[in-house]
Amino acid sequence: METKRLVFIGVGGQGNLLASRLLGEAALSVGIPAVVSEIHGMAQRGGIVESAVLMGSVSSPIVSDGEADILIGFEPMETLRSLRKCNKDTVVITNTHPLPPFTVSIGQGSYPSMDEILSLITKKVGRCVTLDGNALAREAGNPLSLNMVMLGALIGLGTISVGPQDMKRVISTSTKKAFLESNLKAFELGMESSRQSP
Amino acid sequence: MHKLLAEDPGKELLLLGNEAIARGALEAGLSFATCYPGTPSSEIPEQFLAISRETDLYFEYSTNEKVALEVGAGAAISGLRTMVTMKHVGLNVAADPLMTLAYIGVKGGMVIVNADDPSLFSSQNEQDNRYYARLSGLPMLEPTNTQEMKDFTIAAFDLSEELKLPVILRTTTRLNHIRGAVKLGALRPIKSKDTFQLDPFNLVAVPAVCRKLHGVLLEKYDRELEKSETSPFNEIIGKGKYGIVTNGVSFNYVRDAVADLGMREDVSILKLGFSWPMPKGLCSRFLNQVEKVLVVEELEPVIENDLRAIAQEAGRLIPIKGKGVGRLSRLFEYDPAMVRTAISECFGVDDAGPRMVDLTDLPELPGRPPNLCAGCPHRASYVAIKEVFGPDAINPTDIGCYTLGLLPPLSMADFLICMGSSVSSSCGFSRATNQKVVSFIGDSTFFHSGVTGLINAVHNNHKFTLVILDNGTTAMTGQQPHPGVDTKPMGLERTQVSIEDLVRGCGVQDVHVVKSYHLKKVMEAARAAMEYDGISVIISREFCPLFAKATGRAKKARPFSINHDRCKDHRDCIHKLGCPAMFIEAEEVRIDENLCIGCSVCAQICPENAIVPLKR
Repeated sequence: METKRLVFIGVGGQGNLLASRLLGEAALSVGIPAVVSEIHGMAQRGGIVESAVLMGSVSSPIVSDGEADILIGFEPMETLRSLRKCNKDTVVITNTHPLPPFTVSIGQGSYPSMDEILSLITKKVGRCVTLDGNALAREAGNPLSLNMVMLGALIGLGTISVGPQDMKRVISTSTKKAFLESNLKAFELGMESSRQSP
Repeated sequence: MHKLLAEDPGKELLLLGNEAIARGALEAGLSFATCYPGTPSSEIPEQFLAISRETDLYFEYSTNEKVALEVGAGAAISGLRTMVTMKHVGLNVAADPLMTLAYIGVKGGMVIVNADDPSLFSSQNEQDNRYYARLSGLPMLEPTNTQEMKDFTIAAFDLSEELKLPVILRTTTRLNHIRGAVKLGALRPIKSKDTFQLDPFNLVAVPAVCRKLHGVLLEKYDRELEKSETSPFNEIIGKGKYGIVTNGVSFNYVRDAVADLGMREDVSILKLGFSWPMPKGLCSRFLNQVEKVLVVEELEPVIENDLRAIAQEAGRLIPIKGKGVGRLSRLFEYDPAMVRTAISECFGVDDAGPRMVDLTDLPELPGRPPNLCAGCPHRASYVAIKEVFGPDAINPTDIGCYTLGLLPPLSMADFLICMGSSVSSSCGFSRATNQKVVSFIGDSTFFHSGVTGLINAVHNNHKFTLVILDNGTTAMTGQQPHPGVDTKPMGLERTQVSIEDLVRGCGVQDVHVVKSYHLKKVMEAARAAMEYDGISVIISREFCPLFAKATGRAKKARPFSINHDRCKDHRDCIHKLGCPAMFIEAEEVRIDENLCIGCSVCAQICPENAIVPLKR
């Protein structure tokens, strides 16, 4: 079975742990062996939160530098910082909505321009898919559904063996009723966005 | 119904490693569980708390790990299957009961879950607790994936009951926090009561008894060793001439590396799941079938050194390598590429793994360290105390969210070694220097191990100020209760111990109780404490906003905003607070109304009164 190594990178509160868990559950539900690794504890207080999903014939639960097949970045500068996970063939999906860290406000460093971030990513990896995930989440009716947008963008690529229906089924069983419609809408919008991406 | 109570043998679930351990315990008939929470172990007791609401399982958050182990010892010696969970440094706290409980032994199976933290994701050190198995003489099991975390837990209970010894189940952060498939087995009924058999001359640890019991422990070691030799958790995989010995999560990296390097036929892997006692016979057989050995183990060279001793005894003097090969080191956790490179280097095989992109042209990126939440009351306490005591006072701190006060702009942490050290080290600082000393400890940590230091401070006439940051919960590890918590809003029946009464009961005369958000009041208390000739305690109280929200006690947020007509751009708010709700846009300070919870602390420090509640 083909092995896929995926890294999710985000900032505490963006919900990337839930996204990676749901992907793991969707994979398991269609018989693809999967292992998900997460970071809990202090990092969740506004720090960088990394998770990974490894599918197929692999038993290691983490992804070494240079070994990600797909990097899903929920925050553009953190996507850039995580490029060490990538090689020349890696596919990167990144949100373009910036969340500058508080260190910038207190004068410790400056946030790079979006053009610089995206051109650095694009020239180094196999493919870079960009989307304004926050705008799509708002369009879906729930600003907190960014993680569903990003999951949609991943599934929309069509490069992993988890299909849209498998993913939607898992989203449906793990979402509170009040958020179900907006979550599924966010997923659809994300999927559309990556399908249309060059 | 809690998902871990599913009666569905054969069903496969995606479980967190810590959930798999909890499920294993339930399948083994767990009846009694205790803990002090600590990353990466905290999600195990979280399951038990929820499950104890639905079943006869007894579960408690104990005041610290020593207490947890002793409470558990009472239950286990009475015949109940008991689990005690803690992080690696927690076992230091529990080491005293551990060492002698090994002599006394147990009747009902007792499993001690010990979670090590290589890479210090959320800890003050990365000590290797495999040494505790060697120190105490207790057997140790080390699973390598989620399924084994469940299966080894069940086996650990059986082993414990058979040997009448506690068994240590050792995990690492990476295993605690992975999710993987786990096939469920059948649940076993919970036994809520048993009977304690009086047997003082075997159960009371006085010298005469323990001279005998030490011998008994050594006899048990021989039986442990027999078990380890024949355990299915210790196995040789493959028949190749290149030997690799491994344990825990590293087993996965080895397995993937051997496949990726195309050397399955050339390799023999010795997987040590029942890792103490080391199965000497099995190790000797392994040494005899290989020509060279690489040991792949995180942290200390424990297996490596033991294996060298076994090789010497067996007269099999082949190269045994480990630490120092490639990037294999005593520091931090391993990863798949690191292990693959070491194997290729050790056995002279080509490694054609993917190469990391070139990052030399990346600009320097601003850091994103974790930060106290918007509206965190700790920030308010720190700002007010700093205003009074000045930036040069010594600030011993402690373990919790408030340790983040270390970072600028707060910069209110100067010394920390372990839970409780804020109070006791202040005794030393105040005697050894003429500097002002004001130390900080959280409510849960105060109960865990701050109280004894405070009694010491009173008795020995030390002079400093202790600030107890009382946010009504154990915030960092996930809002667990502690003795000072009003548990009713959490739906729990526990008795609340008043921190103020406890502090006065310790003999502290100068006690101030203030609301953290009222900066003036906190500063008044701080001034009084600074001038007091003796030990002062300030209890600074305000709910953790996340906990208040989770328990339905949060006031509706009334965010603040900046009146830019009044703002003269001093930027005290930004420079003193570092609140994540504040940011700079077009050279002006702004407040993110979605993050601001309306704590008003920034408004109180603004010299122009330019920060005002947002008009709706």
